[in-house]
Amino acid sequence: MKPEDKKRVLREMVLARRFEERCYQAYIERKIGGFLHLYPGQEACCQGVMEAARPGHDYVITGYRDHVHAIKCGSDPKEVMAELYGKETGVSKGRGGSMHIFDVKHHFMGGYALVGGPFPLAAGIAKAIQLKGGDEISICFLGDAANNQGTFHETLNMAALYKLPVLFVCENNQYGIGTAIDRSTAVLDQFKRVCGYDIAASQCDGQDFDVVHEHAKKAVAHVRNGNGPYFLELMTYRYRGHSMSDSRGYRTREEEELWKQRDPIFILRDRLIDAGAMTMDAFHALEKEIDHYIENEVIKFAEESPEPNVAELEKYVLA
Amino acid sequence: MAEIMYWEALQRAHDEEMARDPLVICMGEDIGVAGGTYKATKGLYEKYGPLRVIDTPISENSYTGLGIGASFLGVRPIIEIMSVNFAWLAMDQMFNSAAKVRYMSGGQLTAPVVFRSPGGSAHQLGAQHSARMEKVFMGIAGLRVVTPSNPKQAYGLLKSAVRSDDPVFINEHELMYNWKGEVPEGEYFHPLEGSEIARSGTDVTLFGYNISVHWCLKAAEILASQYNISAEVVDLYALSPLDRAGIKQSVCKTHRAVIAEEDEAPCGVGAEVMAIINEECFFDLDAAPVRVHSALVPQPYNHKLEMAAIPDHEDVVNAVLKLFGKA
Ligand SMILES: Cc1ncc(C[n+]2csc(CCOP(=O)(O)OP(=O)(O)O)c2C)c(N)n1
Ligand SMILES: [Mg+2]
Repeated sequence: MKPEDKKRVLREMVLARRFEERCYQAYIERKIGGFLHLYPGQEACCQGVMEAARPGHDYVITGYRDHVHAIKCGSDPKEVMAELYGKETGVSKGRGGSMHIFDVKHHFMGGYALVGGPFPLAAGIAKAIQLKGGDEISICFLGDAANNQGTFHETLNMAALYKLPVLFVCENNQYGIGTAIDRSTAVLDQFKRVCGYDIAASQCDGQDFDVVHEHAKKAVAHVRNGNGPYFLELMTYRYRGHSMSDSRGYRTREEEELWKQRDPIFILRDRLIDAGAMTMDAFHALEKEIDHYIENEVIKFAEESPEPNVAELEKYVLA
Repeated sequence: MAEIMYWEALQRAHDEEMARDPLVICMGEDIGVAGGTYKATKGLYEKYGPLRVIDTPISENSYTGLGIGASFLGVRPIIEIMSVNFAWLAMDQMFNSAAKVRYMSGGQLTAPVVFRSPGGSAHQLGAQHSARMEKVFMGIAGLRVVTPSNPKQAYGLLKSAVRSDDPVFINEHELMYNWKGEVPEGEYFHPLEGSEIARSGTDVTLFGYNISVHWCLKAAEILASQYNISAEVVDLYALSPLDRAGIKQSVCKTHRAVIAEEDEAPCGVGAEVMAIINEECFFDLDAAPVRVHSALVPQPYNHKLEMAAIPDHEDVVNAVLKLFGKA
């Protein structure tokens, strides 16, 4: 990957981080309601995988922690923020909210709130690709705790049986809400769990963009070349609570600090600086520029957009 | 009597039943170390340990089945399902195993298990986290369904449910866990069948359950003070079986009925109560009964759309006024 591309990736990761932090603030200000699940800490996962794939072309599906994945597929951050504000201009017309970002024109097939729900949907999308003969693949991003849902095992079996072009990405942040993985799951290494289905799998550091990218290239090539499904496990951490009502009493501040020392943005930034491709000043300028963009374009758009018309309550219920 | 919160009432019932009987256990997601999403199991993990306070994986159908299987041998599990929206995943075991095993085994087996789960719309949680599902549960033979409208009922219904030899589904509401109410200091068992007159009146009966009881009470106050209409409020805390006799008795007295539910109308509590009125006291009616209910839409995220989708006490008032030809 060229330094210019890596700088673009860094920029996207900073945007993802600042976008989410701004959501946090908007939630406190009661501009955003409902459940809000934020992504800081895990940015290299989405970036690393999608840089190896074709955003906007390959199909992506995920859970409720979905803003950043949609933006990476090509969604306009303004329309994602407008959705969080419940506005008519939002990607899902203000009907979905944070957990239900949908942007089908960019092949972002949605955020779903039920844990494990997207597994079979991802396989179904892969089945459609197989039938239609396209060169896209289906990519499913979910968490570690989702693997305890029956749909995980049932879908893996079918995906292998039908040799479907689907890549399962497990963002293993080691918690499902307040339950640590070793309290909910008998086998901690998630990639080992798929061996029984004869599915190719690997595990790697999810904090280092370059590492994720290398592994993802292999995974994507495997799936795209017609070899059936692949399972990629990325070891990562979410900095904030599971959602906004979480005071993180189930883990220590020391553990959090340890992970923050391996911040995905700083790892990539420092590598670019070491290679002479960027300066610290340039990085700070980038952060400023992004904050300015978020405030003056993204937030402004969401604030100024109209709400849905109450007379259209029943629009979109049936075709 | 002391005033405590709804979640505290549930916690106390868990604690007392677990202290009494070592075969009473509780299980569910985040109920142990984390103390429960709505704190109904707070402190129990520390007191009773991991063998009896079980943090489950996100495997709704299978941990529900596991609890049901244990109940075949006399264990009495209280299974918390974090939200009724997730109970869809557990319904196979709840309906096909727990509800039917007594009958299909000719009475050899029974599943004395308690399922607790909150439903309801709770401020912009969106389409997949706002379901009301009482209409689904109450149509299943072999399953008891109760739904507490206040802390006293929450405490007393859970105590009775644990002692019952039938599977019981307790339908709670996400918005009500911090609501306060009086709960008896001593042990109290609320009956799993019947209904309660929450306010007596003579001109119209307002039927509610769980949160809608509170809309009915508020509406009754407005109807009395502003319109001189005396409304009786009947709390249908038992949804299966429904209290036929109680429904009949009140409607025979008032001759008019409004049924308020947060659920959508089709095949719901309102539909069922109307059918009972029709069967039991059609000729006592002065007007056709009316339902107050949600719009038939997946719950919208936008706040205004959400408020337009779900009813409240004003809708109950308006329904009554219409019934009296005043609106
Ligand atoms: C079927 C179902 N059960 C329970 C929940 C509640 N819930 C929401 S997220 C979550 C934890 C999921 O953890 P994980 O899959 O690791 O993803 P993460 O949030 O860590 O990204 C739980 C239990 C749900 N939304 N759906
Ligand atoms: Mg997780």
